[in-house]
Amino acid sequence: MDLNEYQGKQLFKQFGIPVSDGRLAHTPAEARAAAEEIGGQVVVKAQVLTGGRGKAGGVKLAEDPDDAEQKAKDILGLDINGHVVEKLWIEKASDIAKEYYLSITFDRGAKKPLFMFTTQGGVEIEEVAENNPDALVRLHVDALEGYQPWVARRLVYGAGVEDPSEQKQISAIIGQLYRCFVECDAMLTEINPLIVTPDGEVKALDSKFTVDDSALYRHPDIAEFRDAGAADPLEALAREKGVTYVKLDGSVGILGNGAGLSMSTVDVVVVAGGKPANFCDLGGGGNAQGVVDALEVITKDEQVKSIFFNIFGGITRCDEVARGILEALERLQLTVPIVVRLDGTNAEEGRKILAEAAAANLYVEPTMLDAATRAVELAA
Amino acid sequence: MAIIVDNDTKLVVSGLTGSEGRFHGLRNRAYGTNLVAGVTPGKGGQDVEGVPVFNTVSDAVGEAGANTSMVFVPARFAPDAIYEAVDAGITTVICITEHIPAHEMLRVYTYVRTKGVTLIGPNCPGVLSPGKANVGIIPAEVFKPGSIGLVSRSGTLTYQIGNELAQRGLGNSTIVGIGGDPVVGSSFIDVLEKFEADEETTTVVLVGEIGGDEEEKAATWISDHMSKPVFSYIAGFSAPPGKTMGHAGAIISGSSGTAVAKKEALEAVGVKVGTTPTEVAELVIAAAG
Repeated sequence: MDLNEYQGKQLFKQFGIPVSDGRLAHTPAEARAAAEEIGGQVVVKAQVLTGGRGKAGGVKLAEDPDDAEQKAKDILGLDINGHVVEKLWIEKASDIAKEYYLSITFDRGAKKPLFMFTTQGGVEIEEVAENNPDALVRLHVDALEGYQPWVARRLVYGAGVEDPSEQKQISAIIGQLYRCFVECDAMLTEINPLIVTPDGEVKALDSKFTVDDSALYRHPDIAEFRDAGAADPLEALAREKGVTYVKLDGSVGILGNGAGLSMSTVDVVVVAGGKPANFCDLGGGGNAQGVVDALEVITKDEQVKSIFFNIFGGITRCDEVARGILEALERLQLTVPIVVRLDGTNAEEGRKILAEAAAANLYVEPTMLDAATRAVELAA
Repeated sequence: MAIIVDNDTKLVVSGLTGSEGRFHGLRNRAYGTNLVAGVTPGKGGQDVEGVPVFNTVSDAVGEAGANTSMVFVPARFAPDAIYEAVDAGITTVICITEHIPAHEMLRVYTYVRTKGVTLIGPNCPGVLSPGKANVGIIPAEVFKPGSIGLVSRSGTLTYQIGNELAQRGLGNSTIVGIGGDPVVGSSFIDVLEKFEADEETTTVVLVGEIGGDEEEKAATWISDHMSKPVFSYIAGFSAPPGKTMGHAGAIISGSSGTAVAKKEALEAVGVKVGTTPTEVAELVIAAAG
């Protein structure tokens, strides 16, 4: 799960990483009130889960509360890469002398957390990696050894930070960020920029934060950060129903069991000349209610002209899936053509159940390729 | 021969008294797997249809001679069950459980690697050596004995490909589902190494998917070390960047982890890659013919 800037900063603060004073605002009036409380110049920042906010006009400096209200009006409702701005973070403006970059990534290739630090912050880190690779210090940490102070020394000296006060402050932040990364079950924590003010104070001016979905059960406070408005409405409905669903842009609805087979089903529809409307994984169970829920989500998408239902039974029993399909047809009054392919556990029984029902919009095909071809024809 | 599980496997199931553990544990026994014990703390002394249950894995090793563990307990207890099995002297651990936090698995992985134990999973369908032993949830009736090694990050997709092979008369030495999580105990390379050394395996089919760089690393390893022919299928050619496709590990981040990059890396070292499960089966047949 990706967190907004203000949520990440809230966690940073809990772990002792310095951030600026700020408030959340949903309306221009709230932005004005926040600016009054904070006092002086403030920055009005769009809270959306996408990059390039600055370039899109989503981050603006305001001189006073009046100005903050006006800037909030300008930014609220902006469309930034398909994300409509509904929340603002109003933060005390900072003078910036230097911009650094610090991050920890869960490096699945190396199977270790990876620190990256450079004094060339404030720009995309990929640019630094490409144009000035020597300026970027990379350091893996052994998961069992954990963070040790030498890690901070390697990073700080390696990147050429010379000021003793900066060295001390950054070393502390490096240790705090590691604790934050591990204790929040993060897959990514990034501070860009990590600024030094003209007075020599080091603090996090932005945050990028991704938390492992599988660990949310032990972080109820972070789980509550979930932005219901940020997801596609269909994806939000799917989450509510416990269906694994990703919206795509075509006309053939897809439902498979298991992530790999479902992904493969999307690909095979493309090979057959069609455009998949979604990725949807029924999961391991495949009971009637699961089938009904999944079909409900898929058919809410008005672009869907046909559905390819691809099941290879293992734990999932095809007869149970077949009964689920019939139940969904009746309960949801589905008229869209559904092409079904059943194989594996109890496939014969499943096919028989569907044949006996003889529903007009139900097509049973023997193989995955045949079924994909038929679903593509029916969507045309 | 075969790899990881075979006629010498003596299986202990952590979570045998739970509904899933019981169902699949007994199914594995019905297939012919030598299921010697179950472990559930507090239920030592009971039995599940004649299989003795112990309080600790250590007891299951000492009293029933278990050498392989299948972990079927919920995610929050699974890391403990893996550590317990390893410290009790189990040499092969197969973890079916899904949704174990990645940081937790990172520590487990780092620890297990130092012990020389084979860990398969988590979030995997298990390992099947047709005609010998089945440990996990793979529907064994889809597969038949033969000489093709199959290794995959996915469950049902593996069944699909196994079925396509079986319909064309081809069987398998061993089918290994390594799991779809960001951190799994055994990589493609770990399993390829075992297939390369296995006398029964003549050909290998590698089933990958988007995310990470394990397929690319496997390609390099194949080029340097593999004498047996390898075929491949990659799922996720049409997946959009930034979206997790069902498996926590199946995500394209930026330009890395795409199916195209994986296909190109494999083809560059002579691995034939099918664009559909049917096509990969046909490629294997054509080469065998």
